[in-house]
Amino acid sequence: MKEEILRDVERAVLTLNVNGEPAQLLVPVHKTLLEVLREDMQLTGTKHGCELGECGTCTVLIDGKPHLSCLVLPIQVEGRAITTVEGMASGSDLDPLQTAFAEIGAAQCGYCTPGILLSARSLLEENPRPSRGEIKEALAGNLCRCTGYTKIVEAIELAAGRMA
Amino acid sequence: MKVVGKPLPKVDAAPKVTGRAVYADDMLPARTLHCKILRSPHPHARIVSIDTSAARRIPGVLAVITGSDLPVKFGILPVTQDERALEHEKARYVGDPIVAIAATDEEIAAAACDAVAVEYEVLEPVMSIDAALATPKDERIQDYGGPNNVHKFVALEFGDVEGGFARADHVREDVFFYQGNTHLPMEQHSAIATYVDGRVTLWSSTQVVHYVHRALSRVLELPMHRIRVIGAAHGGGFGGKTDPFAHEIIVAKLAMITGRPVKCTLTREEVFYAHRGRHPVLMWVRTGVTHDGRITAMHFRTALDGGAYGSYGVASTFYTGALQPVTYDIPAYRFEGCRVFTNKPPCGPKRGHGTPQPRFGLELHLEKIARDLGLDPVDMKRRNYVKPNTRTVNWLRVTSCGLEECTQRVLEASGFKTRERRPGRGMGFAISSYLSGAGTAIYWNDMPHSEVQIKVDRGGVTAYCGAMDIGQGSDSVLATVVAEELGLQPSDVRLVTADTDTTPIDLGSYSSRVTFMAGNAALEAARKMRELLVQAVAGAGKRYEEVSFEEASVLAEARFGTLTTAGSYTPPKIAGPYKGSGVGPSPAYSYSACVVDLDADARTGLIKVNKVWIAHDVGRAINPLLVEGQVEGSVYMGLGEALMEEQVFRKGLHKWPSMLEYKSPTFLDMPEVETFIVETDDPEGPYGAKEAGQGPLLPVPPAVSAAVYDALGVWIDEVPVTPEKVVEALRRKDKGETPRYGPQRFPAIPYPETIKVDGPVGHQDGTC
Amino acid sequence: MLRLPRFKYLRPRSAREAAGMAAEKGARAMFVAGGTDLYPKLKRRQFEVDTLIGLDFLGHDIRNGSTECVIDAGVTLSAASRDSHLKGGFGGYAEAAGLVSSPPLRNAGTIGGNLCVDTRCNYYDMTYEWRKAAGFCMKKDGDICLVAPSSPRCWAVSSSDTAPMAIALGGVVTLVGLDGERELPVSALYRDDGIEYMAKRPDEVVTSLRLRAEPGLRSAYVKLRRRGSIDFPIAGAAVAARMEGDTIAACRIVLSAVASYPLDAEAACTFLKGRRLDRETVQEAAELAAKPAKPLDNADLSHFWRKRMVRVVVEQALERLSDQPGGFDS
Repeated sequence: MKEEILRDVERAVLTLNVNGEPAQLLVPVHKTLLEVLREDMQLTGTKHGCELGECGTCTVLIDGKPHLSCLVLPIQVEGRAITTVEGMASGSDLDPLQTAFAEIGAAQCGYCTPGILLSARSLLEENPRPSRGEIKEALAGNLCRCTGYTKIVEAIELAAGRMA
Repeated sequence: MKVVGKPLPKVDAAPKVTGRAVYADDMLPARTLHCKILRSPHPHARIVSIDTSAARRIPGVLAVITGSDLPVKFGILPVTQDERALEHEKARYVGDPIVAIAATDEEIAAAACDAVAVEYEVLEPVMSIDAALATPKDERIQDYGGPNNVHKFVALEFGDVEGGFARADHVREDVFFYQGNTHLPMEQHSAIATYVDGRVTLWSSTQVVHYVHRALSRVLELPMHRIRVIGAAHGGGFGGKTDPFAHEIIVAKLAMITGRPVKCTLTREEVFYAHRGRHPVLMWVRTGVTHDGRITAMHFRTALDGGAYGSYGVASTFYTGALQPVTYDIPAYRFEGCRVFTNKPPCGPKRGHGTPQPRFGLELHLEKIARDLGLDPVDMKRRNYVKPNTRTVNWLRVTSCGLEECTQRVLEASGFKTRERRPGRGMGFAISSYLSGAGTAIYWNDMPHSEVQIKVDRGGVTAYCGAMDIGQGSDSVLATVVAEELGLQPSDVRLVTADTDTTPIDLGSYSSRVTFMAGNAALEAARKMRELLVQAVAGAGKRYEEVSFEEASVLAEARFGTLTTAGSYTPPKIAGPYKGSGVGPSPAYSYSACVVDLDADARTGLIKVNKVWIAHDVGRAINPLLVEGQVEGSVYMGLGEALMEEQVFRKGLHKWPSMLEYKSPTFLDMPEVETFIVETDDPEGPYGAKEAGQGPLLPVPPAVSAAVYDALGVWIDEVPVTPEKVVEALRRKDKGETPRYGPQRFPAIPYPETIKVDGPVGHQDGTC
Repeated sequence: MLRLPRFKYLRPRSAREAAGMAAEKGARAMFVAGGTDLYPKLKRRQFEVDTLIGLDFLGHDIRNGSTECVIDAGVTLSAASRDSHLKGGFGGYAEAAGLVSSPPLRNAGTIGGNLCVDTRCNYYDMTYEWRKAAGFCMKKDGDICLVAPSSPRCWAVSSSDTAPMAIALGGVVTLVGLDGERELPVSALYRDDGIEYMAKRPDEVVTSLRLRAEPGLRSAYVKLRRRGSIDFPIAGAAVAARMEGDTIAACRIVLSAVASYPLDAEAACTFLKGRRLDRETVQEAAELAAKPAKPLDNADLSHFWRKRMVRVVVEQALERLSDQPGGFDS
């Protein structure tokens, strides 16, 4: 490991489309999207819990689909639409999912919440009235330790009902 | 009441659903240095030498420290100051911190750790309770405690135990094992420190800013007024962030050396090493009962595998014996507990602290006794329920108690008594109780356990409290109490919390104490404020309800000057008259009852939980939405412990310190939960409220195991209840052996002579 | 935060160019498609490479012809699991793809990547620091097998869900290497070795998977894991059969996660040929299929129990087969 830092760092100038805004960045190619969002773009709403693809905490949307930002290289997603939790609200208006999560207590510590909100948003875009089973299937890659998932499922149902 | 009892959103919901909440790792001030910690690769080893010269030469490395830079020991309990931020004499588990490095980025810090050469003299590791009780091959892990690697003995006897067994019609003994597990908060522990103008400021994902404050002062040898600890937004605790941690002290020290902000965020693997999770506990219980199932005496023994350091272990040991008499009327009770040191990450408090393990044993033990006697287990348990307003035989004061109502609710809703009986389908029932805050502080002092200040000016109200919201909603409780008294909405109340510079003390978010203690402190402060406002408004010839809050506050400020009030809470002195009575007393106990319905496959042993019904006596729900959230989360965590979570070791190492291999239930593994809130209006809780965050976990594991027996006719006397254990128990059943999987024996432990204590006179007549 | 080591990222425009790069860089370079297996292993320093060769050029189409279906290697697992042609004609394959890991990983992971997924072992899939503390094993940095210390070989487990199913369906992959393009049955893609688990040359890129449609083809995949999601298989059964009426004309059963390669249960298939799928036949076939499975103590839950469960998953897969309406002929 100690030899690794003797290697040159390859950097790339990339234009990332994050939350509808183009951002030009010079980043080391080995930095993950998670690191670039948090450390280079100060979009710290995207959290991390393992950095190994095992917990779902760092979920962002790429072209509308949930991906784990800890396992994505920015160089692989240049030009694609990246959505983080910061991009969910329109101006000061919260996304109906955010409102529902807030209203019924679906966020306790709130740490898994951004990733879960984004997975839920992708689900509702594809399937506006999902069954309870479909919600659980779609969210099965996002772990939460506080809620027992109950209020999260209810909040997604609530939001889906309001958006219909 | 206007806001108490209403299902209002949490006051911190918006920052959490928008990603605005700032957790410790989200902070990245200019010139921040990143800290990595080199940890011991050996479970037990003397440190012969540490050579950091190569690491220091790496460009970008700004500071390298070892144990000789932080030699002062610390620990959460005054009696077990046995930890060092960095160990330079001896490593006691794989993951023990040895060297810390601050560098310009994390990559360089990690490479520099790899460049450190540590010479170890490897010692024989002690990896089990049995090994810890035996003479160590090389040397003891710690140089204090009992014989061999025993850390702590407890031996107490209440009432006439011998007489109780003598008059029993039936006596039964059982052995149980509860495997250790960990909190697994989604947020990895993180801390960041600055050192400016001779003052340290630390932001941390801690549950208790005050204890971190104390530990920093001790180890850094700085007075407390030169240290400020701030609780960052908190990504989940469950008890796992209640100790002061090495990395918190390390970043403060590195900030002092470098003069720059220093951050350390643990990796997931390091979180498993920080641990302080559920103790593995081996239990032996012997109970005497009459023909109709009334308990005459109980003898409970526990052996706790504590890991390498003390942590909260002394308290944990007492807790494995304290609460049995809080649910069942046990007229004579003997408890012997023993905690041992092993070369594993230290165990400590996890949701339910020391009580889920004996609760698992106790509930199953009573199930078995009922079956011995041909009695219905639920009926027999109910016959022994404690009554409200009781002093238990171990002198615990029970006031409000909704055990019977909780039982009725879950039995009715689940159809337990009329359930369909067929192989492979089963229901299990269990009950429990938990503290609403420990009645005594961790370190001896006579000061309040919680204090709240309220400031009103020009229509705005701010409440200040040291309590830390760890997601359970303590900020919302504070805001709700203040809002209720002042006739406002919780969202109108600004909060300043968990900051040792700006807020008065609160002993933190553990022990299920915040609603009860900070809630009472807030209530007192708010009532005083209301009194000032009412008085001022009356002076203007109006009634408080008729004027706007803004007008009231202007009138009051004009009349009294700066408007501030304070309230504090000190628990009543209700501990019994014996040494060791400090662990167990609480101003109030919550009660829970639970029914689990599951399918258990006889061929594969696989278990599918279909539904859980749970009723929880919370005294009064200040916010029913938050109470439900706590109950559902507790059920989830209880199911995880019952079915899959285990912190296990192989060849001296944590077998799988990852979120992939340490199994925690996903959305697809979680059944439907039906929650019933039972309100008993506790006489001392704020608006009658008691705890909700821990108690509802406790009945879940025994209810799961009881349901497996109901389904398949085999006892799984240990958690987790895994399919391989079920299959093995069924194999034994088929061979005509005892249909059970579990520990075969309880070791011979040289407990000291018991301290004999008379029970309180007239203690169980409900007139206490 | 666990971070990736420094590397260069090459972006070839074709498989041929990628193969050239791989040949030039040798063992210091690896291909990456979805990265869901590679990046965690790089973060844990299980691979030591300084160059990644991105396979972003791979196609993303599923082409359905009258006699076969060709799936580009760049198709994501979630796309494969939802594709109506695959669901209709090769139900077991779509199922297997849909059971890999978790939804976000299936959105990134590709079908080509899942065929090449590294073998696993819970002494090996650990961080550098953990492996250093445990003592390195022969698969990386060490010279012994920690699961079976007296063994001269590595016993890491084949953990792909789709590979057994692709084999059962008689799938063929297209490989593009320095020497051009060739086709290889998926069954010939693997070796019984935890380290050198792939039989393809290091410079060869999997560019597509071809599944052959046959009248009366049915397939099913049953995966055993502790949780409903995220987990790798700890046993699994992929079954494909060509039915003539209610009789099995031909079938193939391949097991996942019980050996270092997808394990063909030939004896069971020979037994099943010409039989109807009644309860006794299913049980007997499952018994035969489970025999060669030798799970070791290097995955979740005990290997005794996993061994026992192999029969169960095979039975379940066969039962699912008999429940299905036919494939192409229905």
